[in-house]
Amino acid sequence: MAEIVKGETGDWEIVIGMEVHAQITSQSKLFSGAATAFGAEPNSQVSFVDAAMPGMLPVLNEYCVEQAVRTGLGLNAQINMTSVFERKNYFYPDLPQGYQISQFQHPIVGEGEIEIDLSDGTVKPIRIERLHMEQDAGKSLHDQHPAKSFVDLNRSGTALMEIVSRPDIRGAEEASAYLSKLRMILRYLGTCDGNMDEGSMRADVNLSMRRLGDETLGTRCEIKNVNSIKAVQMAIAYESRRQVEVLEGGGTIRQETRLWDPVKGETRSMRSKEEAHDYRYFPDPDLLPLVLQPDFVETIKSSLPELPDQKKHRFMSEFGLGAYDASVLIAERPRADYFEKAATGQNAKLVANWLMNELLALLNKEGKAISDSPISAAQLGQLVGLISDDTISGKIAKDVFAEMFISSKDPAQIVDEKGLKQVTDTGAIEKVIDEVLTENADKVAEFRSGKDKLFGFFVGQVMKKSGGKLNPASVNDILMVKLKG
Amino acid sequence: MSIDKETVRKVAGLARLSLTEDDLERFTPQVAGIVKWVEMLGEVNTENVAPLANVVNIDLKLRPDTANDGGYQKEILVNAPESMEGFFVVPKVVE
Amino acid sequence: MTELTHQTIAAALTGLKKKEFSAKELAEAHIKVMADTRHLNAYITETPEQALVAAQAADKNIAAGEMRPLEGIPIGMKDLFCTKGVRTTAASKILGNFVPQYESTVSGKMLSDGAVILGKTNLDEFAMGSSNTTSAFGNVISPWKRSDGSNADLVPGGSSGGSSAAVAARSCMAATGTDTGGSIRQPAAFCGIAGIKPTYGRCSRWGVIAFASSLDQPGIFARNVEDCAIVLKSMSGHDPKDSTSANKPVPDFAAALTGNVKGLKIGIPKEYNVEGMPPEITAIWQKGMDWLKAGGAEIIDISLPHTKYALPTYYIIAPAECSSNLARYDGVRYGLRVEGENLNDLYSKSRAEGFGNEVKRRILIGTYVLSSGYYDAYYIKAQKLRRLIYEDFINAYQKCDVILTPTAPSAAFAIGENDDDPLKMYLNDVFTVPASLAGVPGMSVPAGIDAQGLPLGLQILGRHWDEETVFRVSDFIETAAAFSAVPQMIQKKAA
Repeated sequence: MAEIVKGETGDWEIVIGMEVHAQITSQSKLFSGAATAFGAEPNSQVSFVDAAMPGMLPVLNEYCVEQAVRTGLGLNAQINMTSVFERKNYFYPDLPQGYQISQFQHPIVGEGEIEIDLSDGTVKPIRIERLHMEQDAGKSLHDQHPAKSFVDLNRSGTALMEIVSRPDIRGAEEASAYLSKLRMILRYLGTCDGNMDEGSMRADVNLSMRRLGDETLGTRCEIKNVNSIKAVQMAIAYESRRQVEVLEGGGTIRQETRLWDPVKGETRSMRSKEEAHDYRYFPDPDLLPLVLQPDFVETIKSSLPELPDQKKHRFMSEFGLGAYDASVLIAERPRADYFEKAATGQNAKLVANWLMNELLALLNKEGKAISDSPISAAQLGQLVGLISDDTISGKIAKDVFAEMFISSKDPAQIVDEKGLKQVTDTGAIEKVIDEVLTENADKVAEFRSGKDKLFGFFVGQVMKKSGGKLNPASVNDILMVKLKG
Repeated sequence: MSIDKETVRKVAGLARLSLTEDDLERFTPQVAGIVKWVEMLGEVNTENVAPLANVVNIDLKLRPDTANDGGYQKEILVNAPESMEGFFVVPKVVE
Repeated sequence: MTELTHQTIAAALTGLKKKEFSAKELAEAHIKVMADTRHLNAYITETPEQALVAAQAADKNIAAGEMRPLEGIPIGMKDLFCTKGVRTTAASKILGNFVPQYESTVSGKMLSDGAVILGKTNLDEFAMGSSNTTSAFGNVISPWKRSDGSNADLVPGGSSGGSSAAVAARSCMAATGTDTGGSIRQPAAFCGIAGIKPTYGRCSRWGVIAFASSLDQPGIFARNVEDCAIVLKSMSGHDPKDSTSANKPVPDFAAALTGNVKGLKIGIPKEYNVEGMPPEITAIWQKGMDWLKAGGAEIIDISLPHTKYALPTYYIIAPAECSSNLARYDGVRYGLRVEGENLNDLYSKSRAEGFGNEVKRRILIGTYVLSSGYYDAYYIKAQKLRRLIYEDFINAYQKCDVILTPTAPSAAFAIGENDDDPLKMYLNDVFTVPASLAGVPGMSVPAGIDAQGLPLGLQILGRHWDEETVFRVSDFIETAAAFSAVPQMIQKKAA
């Protein structure tokens, strides 16, 4: 569902392609043995290779290659058995070599496709153009000194995957859905932690406008520094409006790099990046072509986890869940795993309800991840089991749940200790009902004279008297028989 | 393709080499001469020839993912023209 | 103690073992020659104190009967090899004060084999040159003089001119070099010594300051073939830190010197018979063929059809790689910084001030051929020619075991003679560049002298990884040529 920008002269369509830089989860850098951990002392996680000392040479990290291939497979993409590292030449203080080692003409991963889920319940395919590996740059700090910039090379040389989509995205909603889905896939695969706050996942948005119905693409601008899904949405809203105003004012869009300014809420031209860049790509003579062996790829393929979309469809068919419930449950792999464990041998729909409506709400309120849940998956399953076999009622279950969340005790233990076991013995139920009817003879008469609404009153009294432990269905049945006398 | 002073000036800009007018006067004919000379390669039909980037006939070897290097900030900074508090220092960069 | 500096490495190792002299005495003798020949400007940095410490350690090992392969042998180290704690300049102002905190793989291997490093030898700036006249630390002067009494200072060849001059002047027994387009073979020929560039991938490039990565290859100079074989063994071997270093067993090169060339097929490429080649060069080439024929080898005419395209191919590929390899010298993390109005100004000024003209010229050419719109026409075209040149060699080696050519189209020329015209200077490498592009091993051995008494070299090229046959044939030619000329300054001293 394309988002339309209404201009003075008609309707415009937003066309977006995204370039996502995802830091590969690895212990050491792409071409050196320096560590990659976040937040260390400046220049302490830097080898002579990362600092581009004279005579230093790159050696490729095998695990990073594996992670790139794994990601490619997760994007349903073609794996290129031969890929080539090239040098992208430009000068910048946080680029010690004077070039970035990247892949240009021959990336490790070719065309692929992922599905995004939209709020109207539809699913849309977004084509992936390519994925390639490259080195990250270091970090320049501009606010430490009035006249100087400080350079820290700790991040320099860290492995990145650049994932480039086709211009298939038609607005802010699709862009956020794409980012969310991509992040979900990366996290499922364990190839990137997807942490946008720490910069381990960053997005550039290539945006152009065209009149609704046009087939040709307009001139695009690349928007950098959009570092959260919210920022992506805001930047798209701003930039699409800006371009329409330029175009409707008779101007033309200049192909350029623009910077998203989150404070001012606008994009602005990055002149520094504009001046005559000519990257002079050529194959890095310090490296040879990367040739993958078929069994290397096969081994990765056979160890791929179930991916979000597969899991979603399986949850729907195997557990009888609706599309919405399934997509909530699979949004995070630990959540899906939790659900699956809890639902094993239980009423899965009931488990899904308890997980989504009760547990997730409570965890969210307390700012806890599901991995820190005081209630284990097995315990949640047991709780649902107690409801299903009429040991406790749904109402009692809520009390038990609250107690479990505090004490982490098994539900059966809590039910035992507190004597909450549901009474299903007809004689016992009749006894309580008889007492209530006797105590409220006037109301019984009213009921019998046609005041049906009083039924609820009797149920309430019975439950109150029994401390809620009577089986509600039996109470209803017996009460009805007795009232009708 | 003949090379003029403007071309050399532009290329020097890309290569971050500050050239004086004298330098440009000297280098332009030299660079132009060399570039003209290498154009003799155009004589050879290379239509079905694949480019050769490296002559060592071995496979690219990969290293295991072990963090076993770095951790020597002092050695990284010791040759720096300017450093402060563990950082390299350059004139302020304006975005 | 002059005679200590006149012996071969093989003889010195025996003498040390027999305790005829100590490693300290051997080092001191060479340190003295190094001081006495300072006018040649062969060394940028002398490290006599470290040399003596190493020599004393060597003497300890010898006393304990634990001699390593290069125990106590005085070596010159081209100032392109990074040496831990010892200034390494690449003969450039931009690295004038650079002190590496790491040791190159090759120098490290030699040190752990007992070598005594006397100092860092001069070279063309970043190894770009064929005459050692582009060094920021001044020209190297060849120990040789023309016999016409003109007394003109001659070039030692380049880029490893400090190493070749030092070995020829007896201020070290061997010296490392790097060869990108002939930077070991041509200076060896000019200085009347032996020098080998092994197969690309034989010696690690880790810690060697890069000029053109796909061509650069460390190698060695010594006064004879056997000494080269001994030292090269120590330098060679797989290095996991260099992705282009091959994991191949290192043969005992010295064991290949059998003196027997019977049955070997020697290829003579007709394309190397270039127009205007001095008759003396043609004559020495013919002599080489005659010697080998007399030794039972078969002389075979071969063709390397793309030879004439090798130089222009090289002068696209090498500058392209150099323009990128030298981008790291930006005045930020090490090296010369010239302050500027802003960062770009700082870069441009530092690099303009730090690099010499030949380096700038090659950076300009390399940047141009890689730039948008020209990449295919120049760089890709050159890579295609490189394949044709490579295949020329592969085809030739179907017919022959080694290829014999002159090393250079002339003897050493006077300093300043070719300086006005870079193209004329580049032609010095016409016989050495094709093998560099193909990555095959090549050696130069002194084979005779010209009318001016200057040494002339013959080049022996082999198959990839077959340095052994190269050594065998080179050794045979060396014996047959019985080259005995030495620089006049040494004759005088000996006299």
